[in-house]
Amino acid sequence: MAAPAKNPNLIRGVTGDWEVVIGMEVHAQVTSESKLFSGASTAFGGEPNSHVSLVDAAMPGMLPVINEECVRQAIRTGLGLKAVINNRSVFDRKNYFYPDLPQGYQISQYKSPIVGEGVVGVDLPDGSSINVGIERVHLEQDAGKSIHDQHPTLSLVDLNRSGVALMEIVSKPDIRSSEQAKAYVSKLRSILRYLGTCDGDMEKGNLRADVNVSVRRPGEPYGTRCEIKNVNSIRFIGQAIEYEARRQIEIIEDGGTIDQETRLFDPNKGETRSMRSKEEAHDYRYFPDPDLLPLEFDDAYVDALRANLPELPDEKKDRFIASYGLPPYDAGVLIAEKETADYFEAVAKGRDAKSAANWVINELAGRLNKEGRDIGASPVSAAQLGTILDLISEKTISGKIAKDLFEIVWAEGGDPRGIVEARGMKQVTDTGAIEKVVDEIVAANPDKVADAKTNPKAIGWFVGQVMKSSGGKANPQAVNEILKAKLGL
Amino acid sequence: MSDLTNLTIAAARDGLKTKSFSASELTEAHIAAVEKARALNAYVLETPDHARQRARESDARIASGDAGPLEGIPIGVKDLFCTKDVRTTACSKILGNFVPTYESTVTSQLWRDGAVMLGKTNNDEFAMGSSNETSALGAVISPWRRKGSNTPLVPGGSSGGSAAAVAARLCLAATGTDTGGSIRQPAAFTGIVGIKPTYGRCSRWGIVAFASSLDQAGPFTRTVRDNAILLRSMAGHDPKDTTSADLPVPDYEAAVGKSVKGMRIGIPKEYRIDGMPSEIEKLWEQGAAWLKNAGAEMVEISLPHTKYALPAYYIVAPAEASSNLARYDGVRYGLREQGRDIVGMYEATRAAGFGAEVRRRVMIGTYVLSAGYYDAYYLRAQKVRTLIKKDFEDVFAAGVDAILTPATPSAAFGVGEKGGADPIEMYLNDVFTVTVNMAGLPGISVPAGLSSEGLPLGLQLIGRPFDEATLFSLGAVIEQAAGTYPVEAWW
Repeated sequence: MAAPAKNPNLIRGVTGDWEVVIGMEVHAQVTSESKLFSGASTAFGGEPNSHVSLVDAAMPGMLPVINEECVRQAIRTGLGLKAVINNRSVFDRKNYFYPDLPQGYQISQYKSPIVGEGVVGVDLPDGSSINVGIERVHLEQDAGKSIHDQHPTLSLVDLNRSGVALMEIVSKPDIRSSEQAKAYVSKLRSILRYLGTCDGDMEKGNLRADVNVSVRRPGEPYGTRCEIKNVNSIRFIGQAIEYEARRQIEIIEDGGTIDQETRLFDPNKGETRSMRSKEEAHDYRYFPDPDLLPLEFDDAYVDALRANLPELPDEKKDRFIASYGLPPYDAGVLIAEKETADYFEAVAKGRDAKSAANWVINELAGRLNKEGRDIGASPVSAAQLGTILDLISEKTISGKIAKDLFEIVWAEGGDPRGIVEARGMKQVTDTGAIEKVVDEIVAANPDKVADAKTNPKAIGWFVGQVMKSSGGKANPQAVNEILKAKLGL
Repeated sequence: MSDLTNLTIAAARDGLKTKSFSASELTEAHIAAVEKARALNAYVLETPDHARQRARESDARIASGDAGPLEGIPIGVKDLFCTKDVRTTACSKILGNFVPTYESTVTSQLWRDGAVMLGKTNNDEFAMGSSNETSALGAVISPWRRKGSNTPLVPGGSSGGSAAAVAARLCLAATGTDTGGSIRQPAAFTGIVGIKPTYGRCSRWGIVAFASSLDQAGPFTRTVRDNAILLRSMAGHDPKDTTSADLPVPDYEAAVGKSVKGMRIGIPKEYRIDGMPSEIEKLWEQGAAWLKNAGAEMVEISLPHTKYALPAYYIVAPAEASSNLARYDGVRYGLREQGRDIVGMYEATRAAGFGAEVRRRVMIGTYVLSAGYYDAYYLRAQKVRTLIKKDFEDVFAAGVDAILTPATPSAAFGVGEKGGADPIEMYLNDVFTVTVNMAGLPGISVPAGLSSEGLPLGLQLIGRPFDEATLFSLGAVIEQAAGTYPVEAWW
């Protein structure tokens, strides 16, 4: 019997291979001017309790009124996730006491969410791809923030976030490795940013994930899962899963069983630890919020939003492959951030797409990464990079000079064409001038000439010498041709 | 000037217009009456200075010809309505000395139309009660007494302070809220008119919530016409309450005196409950006879799910209340009792801040929403509610214009007489009124006679959704036949 194909996602334990099963609940802050049920601003970074309406503070007699923009954003998100849009959904109250939850309940959607099943196609670093099912997306309120380190005996509460709209995007348990999980969240983030429905800023907590992890022997039913709450970076998601899967495998291999519980990831220690057990879990006493009517809209409402959706990452990738002839990998890199894709398209317009892609992916992205900058803050604009490419294709400068030119534009700005002109960086294509240099070098190095006659590869040395003496500006093709003629090769 | 407190709103409106007296005089007469009637405990906060200021402003507007429809009319406001810069407690310790920075939509519409606030009236704590005895600020004593007895009686509840104030002529009208009968029952007990409008007719914004899907504001007045006048100012769509109906508000006053000839009035057989006092039965028959004399047709109808209404109500209302009252946690406003930690603070605050009836309902509500019990209680109660609603829809679809029932199963009872050992005894007061809240329909209570002990009894008319006008037409017929029941002052 042939051995089964090795599944790279399996984790090797002491007693054999294990498969990790992951499902995620991603909380994405809806991009909107005001909160889900009040007119207060959603702006980040205000003075504590400066963006709080009477509704957000749960003053007596206050009532929530749905912010229609948040509804539209949730529908757009659903459409972007190729999901079913539910024309009727219901807001429920999730009841629990916490100081940063002024109402004593969170308004959420429990039994009837606004968005149903969908799917996200995820490309993996090894070139393969998987589909991750979406179970549902629902709208809910964020809580405020409890601050415990400002006073020796009191906790303080900041309600600026209280009532901000979140989308909870629940995946099916279709993820089988930390790599897949990271790629899924990256792709989800990319889709949301394309849609403009969430800025995806994980540092500000605008995108965070609850990660459900269980392990099993391949082919066996799902194991007991643990939920790791509120992981707020893609890297930490990977680390948390790796740690948690190992922890569970060790327990089971030692003859133990997994307790269903909620855990927290400690990024400093790189480990998860228990937060509360199933027995300690809240009974949230969900029931339909009587202050709000069911949320209803017709197909035309959805169709109008659908008609105005932007091009999404998958479509853009396909188009980049088809129209620009880019390899799928390059297309995938370029489309991950919409700003990068836009930048690339501006550079590629009327130019050679492959070199545009190479420059954006290698030179530009490399330089940006090194300095930790976003492409939006790139010192070299698409127009400037385009001009640099024009100078190459016009043979005004060589590829090597172009890199120097890129550095100058990066550091100093300015019109690349003007810089080439002013600093004498133009490529020398004047054959007379090149011949003169070639003649001098040939005359000064008779031994090398002899060597070159028997070993044609030695011509490289001559090319190097000519380029050096021309300050790199000699057209390499012309240098080659002239050398070959002069050396009689 | 004390006779100014005997006026109806309609008469006061005319007197102010013809300058027979000023708004300030009208207000002063009422301020004096309020001060004199403190034994009734109808007001939990008197705002005489505020009232005088408002009355002066009214006089100025009357003089300049800018009078609103309620210009200079002195009214009482149930302490469940948030009033800007005026203490609002819902008659609960937990709100302490809470002073809202905002005005409820309903009261702001009353002020817009020129009404003058005399003060905040007493109510059962968070409107949970049928006798006004659960108020943290003390029970209200009804202005009514049994013939030949000084036994203090309850005014009904939860809007007992408002009902007592209107009946005792401590204001020309007052606002109430009705979740299961809290306007209609005290109106019946005190011999005045009270309407619970259709759910969604009045905005709930700024009214301390008891049970959001049932709560509805409405007016107390001494006549049907006055009721129509006040409701017109209180009603209307409010974008801040998404459950408020975006419908025009008719001129209800025009419906008063309109012929009811040819109207079909349903008499629901299920409202003939076991042990109903014969005088209630007689009153009901009398009401039907009056309407018949006015040209309406009586038809026996069936509302088969009536008997489930009260138990279902006492699941739905506490469920919503348990969640609505979660915000009173000692963190942001109102009472805070210290505890060893945050949970200890919650427990100490809520134990000290809520009275026994509120605690009972919070616990019932928490229980019926709990995992494992939700389907058996809350979900089933909601199904019952749907059936109750359908009972009414079927009857109205069959051509019935309104339904006539008794307002309460008995006349007012004595303070401390009911509910001490068994809360159900108190809950049974709402047996004729809760169905209307469960179905979201309008219901009006109109005084129709006196009991053998000389206490007022009321009849209830239930209407189609948003057809309060028909109730005012029918109510006026009963009022005309039955007369009004002014109480004699003993206080």
